[in-house]
Amino acid sequence: MKIKDIENLEITLLLDAMYQRYGYDFRDYARASVERRARQFLIKTGYKSISEMIPALLHDELFFQTLVREFSITVTEMFRDPSVYRVLKEKVLPVLKTYPFIKIWHAGCATGEEVYSLAILLKENGLYDRATIFATDFNDEALEKAKQGIYNLENVKQCTQNYQKAGGSESFSQYYHAKYDSIVIDKSLQKKITFANHNLVTDHSFGEMHLILCRNVLIYFNKTLQNRALNLFDDSLVPGGFLCLGNKESLLFWEKGKKYESIEDSSKIFQKKYLPEGLNMSNEKQ
Amino acid sequence: MKNNKYFPEAVAIGVSAGGLKALTKVFSNLPADFPIPIIVTQHLHPLEDSYLAELLSRITLLPVKEARDKEKIKPGDIYVAPPNYHLLIERNETISLSSDEKVNHSRPSIDVMFESAAYAWGTGLIGIILTGANSDGAYGIKIIKEFGGLTIAENPKTAKYPMMPKSAIDTGTVDKILTLSEINEFLINLSRIDKNGYMNFVEDINGTQTEDIDR
Ligand SMILES: C[S@@+](CC[C@H](N)C(=O)[O-])C[C@H]1O[C@@H](n2cnc3c(N)ncnc32)[C@H](O)[C@@H]1O
Repeated sequence: MKIKDIENLEITLLLDAMYQRYGYDFRDYARASVERRARQFLIKTGYKSISEMIPALLHDELFFQTLVREFSITVTEMFRDPSVYRVLKEKVLPVLKTYPFIKIWHAGCATGEEVYSLAILLKENGLYDRATIFATDFNDEALEKAKQGIYNLENVKQCTQNYQKAGGSESFSQYYHAKYDSIVIDKSLQKKITFANHNLVTDHSFGEMHLILCRNVLIYFNKTLQNRALNLFDDSLVPGGFLCLGNKESLLFWEKGKKYESIEDSSKIFQKKYLPEGLNMSNEKQ
Repeated sequence: MKNNKYFPEAVAIGVSAGGLKALTKVFSNLPADFPIPIIVTQHLHPLEDSYLAELLSRITLLPVKEARDKEKIKPGDIYVAPPNYHLLIERNETISLSSDEKVNHSRPSIDVMFESAAYAWGTGLIGIILTGANSDGAYGIKIIKEFGGLTIAENPKTAKYPMMPKSAIDTGTVDKILTLSEINEFLINLSRIDKNGYMNFVEDINGTQTEDIDR
């Protein structure tokens, strides 16, 4: 066996150990990225091979937690890809306005920047008060940060620029106050948001949503897992509901992709089609 | 053990400042039946929209695409990493994109592409590092060599920005140092030879041939 094939086997064993011991399932994540993360982690630990980490993983829960942190990539920013927010404002919010109340789910919300960005957009368009917002992730540490809504002051210039590019109509500075070298998100933006742990690999749908955002999460999954997550979103969306994915994500490889329409050429926001009366597709669910 | 008769399976190219000119030269006159895929990571400004693929498609007969997540890699096609995403190669010859932290201050990072490509293709990989003003790709070149691939660096003497090829050469794992037109010639010749010809061809341009690491 070549070294690289032995390593491949070691990583398979490591992921199995993680799953069987702690129930965290990375087996269907995009493999190359997981391998890179595992190698990086190996260097930090000082062990000589991936398989040497397995006993530590099995017996030491703290070791497991640091490994999970290594595998969970929480890179995010306020108004990331500003043009997406423009499209949301122009094409999606007008539809949401027709509902008396709206339910929104951010799946894989990381440290919360995306959630507060959309909250601002909702507020500026008079929709915040009828919204119920769920923001979930499987990384408790990231969720804790999200709940606090305290971010590095260093990034505020970039945030403000993004906010303006996203079509923000007010002044970004009214949504936070500065404290030492941090910004603290205004409490009034938080009152409609519920942060909770939810794992897209193992957990189920928890209600009917009008808009689901799952951005830059699916690229970390292989096709099988992408399909599982997309089916979960399909189960959770009302007819006519919207699904907003990351800029490099698509419905191309999903068998139910035909039930959805892109709302604008090249945009990654899809609307679930309204089905004609009498045509019941609920038996399609697994 | 050592497989003497093999043909490379893919070319991975890393390039930074001065990239468009260099790539234009390297890709000129590549025949439409070029036998293997070419994957390119070029450092770009994150907001620069994805026009590299479009520019390149004007200068070559080969289809040039911006790489898409989970896409199957096809022989004879050129794939370019999109701005602001790392491009990784899976062992099943598909593409994965990731928005991980920057590596060497870069996203896409050449090291990230090279490393994953080395694991995917091993001896079948040709890694080429071109002009650039940083040292991304040096570590990746080392890994490619470790897994028995062929490593080529643009000659720093003639490179627009010599630092990137020089850093790769300094790892001591570059097989061949060539000018842009020699690299271009190398690629054109690749499409003219077969399995039997490849080893001789590589030995011609390259004194020492690497062995696959076997255990
Ligand atoms: C790159 S961040 C994306 C953050 C944000 N949506 C954005 O686009 O900026 C990916 C997030 O997905 C989360 N994630 C990864 N796998 C998950 C899973 N199985 N269930 C829930 N969240 C997951 C990670 O913890 C991380 O916070």
